[in-house]
Amino acid sequence: MKHIFKIIAVLVAISAFWVALLETSTVPRSYTWLLPIYLVVALGCYGLFMVGFGLMFFPTCPQEAILLQQDIVEAKEFLAKKGVDVGSE
Amino acid sequence: MGEKEMEHTVDRLNRPAYSIIVPTYNERLNVAIIVYLIFKHLPDTNFEIIIVDDGSPDGTQDIIKQLEQLYGEDRVLLRARPKKLGLGTAYLHGLKHATGDFVVIMDADLSHHPKYLPSFIRKQKETGADIVTGTRYVNNGGVHGWNLMRKLTSRGANVLAQTLLQPGASDLTGSFRLYKRSVLEDLISSCVSKGYVFQMEMIVRATRKNYHIEEVPITFVDRVFGISKLGGSEIVGYLKGLVYLLVTT
Repeated sequence: MKHIFKIIAVLVAISAFWVALLETSTVPRSYTWLLPIYLVVALGCYGLFMVGFGLMFFPTCPQEAILLQQDIVEAKEFLAKKGVDVGSE
Repeated sequence: MGEKEMEHTVDRLNRPAYSIIVPTYNERLNVAIIVYLIFKHLPDTNFEIIIVDDGSPDGTQDIIKQLEQLYGEDRVLLRARPKKLGLGTAYLHGLKHATGDFVVIMDADLSHHPKYLPSFIRKQKETGADIVTGTRYVNNGGVHGWNLMRKLTSRGANVLAQTLLQPGASDLTGSFRLYKRSVLEDLISSCVSKGYVFQMEMIVRATRKNYHIEEVPITFVDRVFGISKLGGSEIVGYLKGLVYLLVTT
Protein backbone atom coordinates (compact mmCIF):
# COMPACT_ATOMS: atom_id res chain seq x y z
CA MET A 1 0.00 0.00 0.00
CA LYS A 2 1.32 3.43 -0.85
CA HIS A 3 2.28 5.43 2.21
CA ILE A 4 -0.18 8.21 1.45
CA PHE A 5 -3.02 5.72 1.83
CA LYS A 6 -1.84 4.83 5.32
CA ILE A 7 -1.85 8.51 6.24
CA ILE A 8 -5.31 8.99 4.72
CA ALA A 9 -6.56 5.95 6.63
CA VAL A 10 -5.32 7.44 9.89
CA LEU A 11 -6.97 10.79 9.05
CA VAL A 12 -10.24 9.04 8.20
CA ALA A 13 -10.15 7.15 11.48
CA ILE A 14 -9.54 10.35 13.42
CA SER A 15 -12.36 12.09 11.52
CA ALA A 16 -14.74 9.21 12.24
CA PHE A 17 -13.84 9.42 15.91
CA TRP A 18 -14.44 13.19 15.85
CA VAL A 19 -17.83 12.84 14.15
CA ALA A 20 -18.80 10.14 16.67
CA LEU A 21 -17.89 12.50 19.50
CA LEU A 22 -20.04 15.20 17.92
CA GLU A 23 -22.98 12.86 17.53
CA THR A 24 -22.97 11.31 20.99
CA SER A 25 -22.29 14.60 22.81
CA THR A 26 -20.55 12.88 25.72
CA VAL A 27 -18.14 15.80 25.45
CA PRO A 28 -19.71 19.32 25.19
CA ARG A 29 -20.22 20.20 21.49
CA SER A 30 -18.53 23.58 21.53
CA TYR A 31 -15.39 21.91 22.77
CA THR A 32 -15.59 19.07 20.26
CA TRP A 33 -15.83 21.49 17.32
CA LEU A 34 -12.47 22.92 18.26
CA LEU A 35 -10.68 19.56 18.60
CA PRO A 36 -9.29 19.49 15.04
CA ILE A 37 -7.75 22.90 15.59
CA TYR A 38 -6.16 21.71 18.80
CA LEU A 39 -4.78 18.74 16.91
CA VAL A 40 -3.23 20.89 14.19
CA VAL A 41 -1.74 23.24 16.78
CA ALA A 42 -0.37 20.31 18.75
CA LEU A 43 1.21 18.85 15.60
CA GLY A 44 2.72 22.23 14.79
CA CYS A 45 4.18 22.55 18.28
CA TYR A 46 5.61 19.04 18.04
CA GLY A 47 7.21 19.89 14.72
CA LEU A 48 8.68 23.15 15.99
CA PHE A 49 10.00 21.44 19.09
CA MET A 50 11.64 18.65 17.08
CA VAL A 51 13.27 21.16 14.74
CA GLY A 52 14.42 23.43 17.56
CA PHE A 53 15.70 20.58 19.67
CA GLY A 54 17.53 19.06 16.72
CA LEU A 55 19.03 22.40 15.82
CA MET A 56 20.28 22.96 19.36
CA PHE A 57 21.99 19.60 19.49
CA PHE A 58 23.04 19.42 15.85
CA PRO A 59 26.17 17.27 15.84
CA THR A 60 29.23 19.12 14.55
CA CYS A 61 32.79 17.99 14.03
CA PRO A 62 35.21 20.90 13.63
CA GLN A 63 38.16 18.66 14.38
CA GLU A 64 37.37 16.62 11.27
CA ALA A 65 38.26 19.50 9.01
CA ILE A 66 41.71 19.64 10.58
CA LEU A 67 42.16 15.87 10.34
CA LEU A 68 41.13 16.02 6.71
CA GLN A 69 43.75 18.64 5.95
CA GLN A 70 46.38 16.39 7.53
CA ASP A 71 45.17 13.47 5.44
CA ILE A 72 45.37 15.57 2.30
CA VAL A 73 48.96 16.55 3.06
CA GLU A 74 49.90 12.95 3.76
CA ALA A 75 48.22 11.78 0.55
CA LYS A 76 49.90 14.43 -1.58
CA GLU A 77 53.35 13.53 -0.22
CA PHE A 78 52.86 9.85 -0.99
CA LEU A 79 51.40 10.44 -4.43
CA ALA A 80 54.02 12.97 -5.46
CA LYS A 81 56.71 10.44 -4.54
CA LYS A 82 55.01 7.87 -6.75
CA GLY A 83 54.72 10.20 -9.69
CA VAL A 84 51.03 10.98 -9.61
CA ASP A 85 50.24 14.56 -10.53
CA VAL A 86 48.82 16.30 -7.47
CA GLY A 87 49.37 19.87 -8.53
CA SER A 88 47.42 22.52 -6.66
CA GLU A 89 44.83 24.95 -7.94
CA MET B 1 34.95 -31.36 -5.67
CA GLY B 2 38.73 -31.37 -6.17
CA GLU B 3 41.04 -29.87 -3.56
CA LYS B 4 41.86 -26.80 -5.68
CA GLU B 5 38.19 -26.07 -6.30
CA MET B 6 37.43 -26.39 -2.61
CA GLU B 7 40.25 -23.96 -1.81
CA HIS B 8 38.87 -21.46 -4.30
CA THR B 9 35.38 -21.75 -2.84
CA VAL B 10 36.66 -21.33 0.71
CA ASP B 11 38.70 -18.32 -0.39
CA ARG B 12 35.63 -16.67 -1.86
CA LEU B 13 33.57 -17.48 1.22
CA ASN B 14 36.20 -16.01 3.56
CA ARG B 15 36.75 -12.86 1.53
CA PRO B 16 33.67 -11.04 0.35
CA ALA B 17 34.66 -8.59 -2.35
CA TYR B 18 33.69 -4.94 -2.23
CA SER B 19 33.18 -2.70 -5.24
CA ILE B 20 33.46 0.98 -4.40
CA ILE B 21 31.73 3.15 -7.00
CA VAL B 22 32.84 6.77 -7.05
CA PRO B 23 31.14 9.08 -9.56
CA THR B 24 33.37 12.00 -10.48
CA TYR B 25 33.06 15.26 -12.35
CA ASN B 26 35.94 17.74 -12.28
CA GLU B 27 37.63 16.15 -9.29
CA ARG B 28 41.18 16.36 -10.57
CA LEU B 29 42.49 17.42 -7.18
CA ASN B 30 40.47 15.05 -4.99
CA VAL B 31 40.32 11.78 -6.88
CA ALA B 32 43.92 10.78 -6.18
CA ILE B 33 43.56 11.66 -2.51
CA ILE B 34 40.43 9.63 -2.08
CA VAL B 35 42.00 6.59 -3.78
CA TYR B 36 45.03 6.89 -1.52
CA LEU B 37 42.81 7.08 1.57
CA ILE B 38 40.72 4.09 0.54
CA PHE B 39 43.85 1.98 0.17
CA LYS B 40 45.14 3.30 3.49
CA HIS B 41 42.02 2.35 5.43
CA LEU B 42 41.24 -1.01 3.81
CA PRO B 43 44.61 -2.78 3.98
CA ASP B 44 43.37 -6.37 4.22
CA THR B 45 40.21 -6.18 2.19
CA ASN B 46 39.38 -7.53 -1.23
CA PHE B 47 38.08 -4.44 -3.03
CA GLU B 48 38.07 -2.54 -6.28
CA ILE B 49 37.41 1.13 -6.93
CA ILE B 50 35.27 1.91 -9.96
CA ILE B 51 35.49 5.56 -10.92
CA VAL B 52 32.69 6.70 -13.19
CA ASP B 53 33.84 9.96 -14.68
CA ASP B 54 31.39 11.94 -16.77
CA GLY B 55 33.82 13.40 -19.27
CA SER B 56 35.46 15.89 -16.90
CA PRO B 57 37.10 18.69 -18.85
CA ASP B 58 39.71 19.35 -16.15
CA GLY B 59 41.83 16.26 -16.75
CA THR B 60 40.40 14.03 -14.00
CA GLN B 61 40.69 11.01 -16.26
CA ASP B 62 44.44 11.54 -16.75
CA ILE B 63 44.90 11.41 -13.00
CA ILE B 64 42.76 8.28 -12.77
CA LYS B 65 44.89 6.59 -15.42
CA GLN B 66 48.00 7.40 -13.39
CA LEU B 67 46.29 5.85 -10.37
CA GLU B 68 45.48 2.75 -12.41
CA GLN B 69 49.18 2.42 -13.15
CA LEU B 70 50.17 2.94 -9.54
CA TYR B 71 47.68 0.66 -7.84
CA GLY B 72 46.91 -1.82 -10.59
CA GLU B 73 44.13 -1.93 -13.13
CA ASP B 74 42.41 -4.66 -11.16
CA ARG B 75 42.05 -2.41 -8.10
CA VAL B 76 41.38 1.00 -9.71
CA LEU B 77 39.07 0.99 -12.70
CA LEU B 78 38.24 4.00 -14.82
CA ARG B 79 34.88 3.50 -16.46
CA ALA B 80 34.17 6.84 -18.08
CA ARG B 81 31.13 8.26 -19.79
CA PRO B 82 31.06 10.94 -22.47
CA LYS B 83 29.25 13.62 -20.49
CA LYS B 84 27.26 14.39 -17.34
CA LEU B 85 24.46 11.84 -17.37
CA GLY B 86 23.17 11.80 -13.80
CA LEU B 87 23.87 9.98 -10.57
CA GLY B 88 21.49 7.02 -10.88
CA THR B 89 22.86 6.06 -14.27
CA ALA B 90 26.41 6.56 -12.97
CA TYR B 91 25.76 3.89 -10.33
CA LEU B 92 24.19 1.64 -12.95
CA HIS B 93 27.21 2.11 -15.19
CA GLY B 94 29.54 1.30 -12.29
CA LEU B 95 27.46 -1.74 -11.38
CA LYS B 96 27.89 -3.17 -14.87
CA HIS B 97 31.64 -3.34 -14.29
CA ALA B 98 31.51 -4.31 -10.62
CA THR B 99 32.48 -7.81 -9.57
CA GLY B 100 32.02 -7.43 -5.81
CA ASP B 101 29.44 -9.06 -3.56
CA PHE B 102 28.87 -5.66 -1.97
CA VAL B 103 28.81 -2.22 -3.49
CA VAL B 104 29.80 0.96 -1.68
CA ILE B 105 28.78 4.31 -3.08
CA MET B 106 30.49 7.48 -1.97
CA ASP B 107 31.27 11.01 -3.11
CA ALA B 108 34.62 11.99 -4.59
CA ASP B 109 34.92 15.45 -3.05
CA LEU B 110 36.29 14.21 0.31
CA SER B 111 33.08 15.04 2.18
CA HIS B 112 32.88 11.26 2.71
CA HIS B 113 36.02 10.04 4.42
CA PRO B 114 37.23 6.52 3.56
CA LYS B 115 38.20 5.96 7.19
CA TYR B 116 34.58 4.97 7.82
CA LEU B 117 34.69 2.13 5.29
CA PRO B 118 35.81 -0.45 7.89
CA SER B 119 32.87 0.47 10.11
CA PHE B 120 30.43 -0.03 7.23
CA ILE B 121 31.92 -3.45 6.52
CA ARG B 122 32.00 -4.43 10.18
CA LYS B 123 28.37 -3.40 10.70
CA GLN B 124 27.26 -5.42 7.71
CA LYS B 125 29.16 -8.48 8.89
CA GLU B 126 27.78 -8.19 12.42
CA THR B 127 24.15 -7.74 11.43
CA GLY B 128 23.89 -9.31 7.98
CA ALA B 129 22.22 -6.12 6.84
CA ASP B 130 21.16 -5.56 3.23
CA ILE B 131 22.08 -1.90 3.39
CA VAL B 132 24.40 0.02 5.71
CA THR B 133 23.89 3.76 5.42
CA GLY B 134 26.05 6.48 6.89
CA THR B 135 24.26 9.02 9.06
CA ARG B 136 25.56 12.46 9.89
CA TYR B 137 22.83 13.22 12.38
CA VAL B 138 23.83 11.10 15.36
CA ASN B 139 26.17 11.88 18.21
CA ASN B 140 29.29 10.18 16.87
CA GLY B 141 28.66 11.65 13.45
CA GLY B 142 28.37 15.27 12.51
CA VAL B 143 28.71 17.96 9.94
CA HIS B 144 31.31 20.68 9.53
CA GLY B 145 30.98 23.71 7.30
CA TRP B 146 27.26 24.42 7.60
CA ASN B 147 25.95 27.72 8.85
CA LEU B 148 22.81 28.10 10.96
CA MET B 149 20.46 28.51 7.98
CA ARG B 150 21.79 25.37 6.38
CA LYS B 151 21.40 23.39 9.60
CA LEU B 152 17.89 24.74 10.00
CA THR B 153 16.76 23.68 6.55
CA SER B 154 18.43 20.31 7.00
CA ARG B 155 16.73 19.72 10.33
CA GLY B 156 13.35 20.99 9.11
CA ALA B 157 13.54 18.82 6.02
CA ASN B 158 14.46 15.83 8.13
CA VAL B 159 11.60 16.27 10.62
CA LEU B 160 9.14 16.67 7.75
CA ALA B 161 10.42 13.59 5.97
CA GLN B 162 10.49 11.46 9.12
CA THR B 163 6.92 12.41 10.04
CA LEU B 164 5.44 11.97 6.58
CA LEU B 165 7.41 9.07 5.22
CA GLN B 166 8.75 6.96 8.08
CA PRO B 167 11.74 6.19 5.90
CA GLY B 168 13.71 3.82 8.14
CA ALA B 169 16.89 5.89 8.27
CA SER B 170 17.88 9.04 10.11
CA ASP B 171 19.87 10.53 7.23
CA LEU B 172 17.79 10.38 4.08
CA THR B 173 19.80 12.42 1.63
CA GLY B 174 23.14 10.89 2.50
CA SER B 175 25.02 9.13 -0.27
CA PHE B 176 27.64 7.19 1.67
CA ARG B 177 26.20 3.70 1.67
CA LEU B 178 27.02 0.01 1.41
CA TYR B 179 24.59 -2.24 -0.43
CA LYS B 180 24.42 -5.92 -1.05
CA ARG B 181 24.89 -6.13 -4.78
CA SER B 182 21.51 -7.71 -5.54
CA VAL B 183 19.75 -5.15 -3.34
CA LEU B 184 21.34 -2.25 -5.18
CA GLU B 185 20.38 -3.72 -8.53
CA ASP B 186 16.80 -4.20 -7.37
CA LEU B 187 16.47 -0.69 -5.94
CA ILE B 188 18.11 1.17 -8.80
CA SER B 189 15.72 -0.40 -11.26
CA SER B 190 12.74 0.91 -9.25
CA CYS B 191 14.00 4.46 -8.59
CA VAL B 192 13.51 7.28 -11.07
CA SER B 193 14.33 10.48 -9.19
CA LYS B 194 17.38 12.68 -9.68
CA GLY B 195 19.98 14.11 -7.34
CA TYR B 196 19.48 13.90 -3.62
CA VAL B 197 15.81 12.88 -4.02
CA PHE B 198 17.22 9.79 -5.69
CA GLN B 199 19.11 8.94 -2.49
CA MET B 200 15.90 9.46 -0.51
CA GLU B 201 13.94 7.28 -2.89
CA MET B 202 16.48 4.48 -2.58
CA ILE B 203 16.19 4.32 1.21
CA VAL B 204 12.41 4.74 1.30
CA ARG B 205 11.87 2.01 -1.28
CA ALA B 206 14.29 -0.21 0.62
CA THR B 207 12.23 0.25 3.78
CA ARG B 208 8.98 -0.44 1.93
CA LYS B 209 10.49 -3.64 0.52
CA ASN B 210 11.50 -4.66 4.05
CA TYR B 211 15.21 -4.72 3.40
CA HIS B 212 17.35 -4.84 6.56
CA ILE B 213 18.89 -1.39 6.95
CA GLU B 214 21.57 -0.48 9.50
CA GLU B 215 23.26 2.85 10.17
CA VAL B 216 26.78 3.88 11.12
CA PRO B 217 27.83 7.37 12.22
CA ILE B 218 29.88 9.34 9.73
CA THR B 219 31.29 12.84 9.71
CA PHE B 220 30.73 15.08 6.77
CA VAL B 221 33.08 17.94 5.96
CA ASP B 222 31.33 20.16 3.47
CA ARG B 223 33.95 21.88 1.36
CA VAL B 224 31.72 22.92 -1.50
CA PHE B 225 28.99 24.59 0.49
CA GLY B 226 30.26 28.02 -0.46
CA ILE B 227 29.67 27.13 -4.08
CA SER B 228 26.33 25.38 -3.99
CA LYS B 229 23.82 27.38 -2.04
CA LEU B 230 20.53 26.03 -0.82
CA GLY B 231 17.99 28.30 -2.48
CA GLY B 232 14.25 28.47 -2.89
CA SER B 233 14.21 26.24 -5.94
CA GLU B 234 16.04 23.51 -3.99
CA ILE B 235 13.41 23.68 -1.26
CA VAL B 236 10.60 23.45 -3.81
CA GLY B 237 12.38 20.52 -5.44
CA TYR B 238 12.64 18.82 -2.08
CA LEU B 239 8.95 19.27 -1.31
CA LYS B 240 8.03 17.94 -4.73
CA GLY B 241 10.25 14.95 -4.04
CA LEU B 242 8.51 14.33 -0.71
CA VAL B 243 5.09 14.39 -2.34
CA TYR B 244 6.29 12.08 -5.09
CA LEU B 245 7.61 9.61 -2.50
CA LEU B 246 4.43 9.86 -0.44
CA VAL B 247 2.32 8.94 -3.39
CA THR B 248 4.45 6.31 -5.11
CA THR B 249 6.02 4.33 -2.26
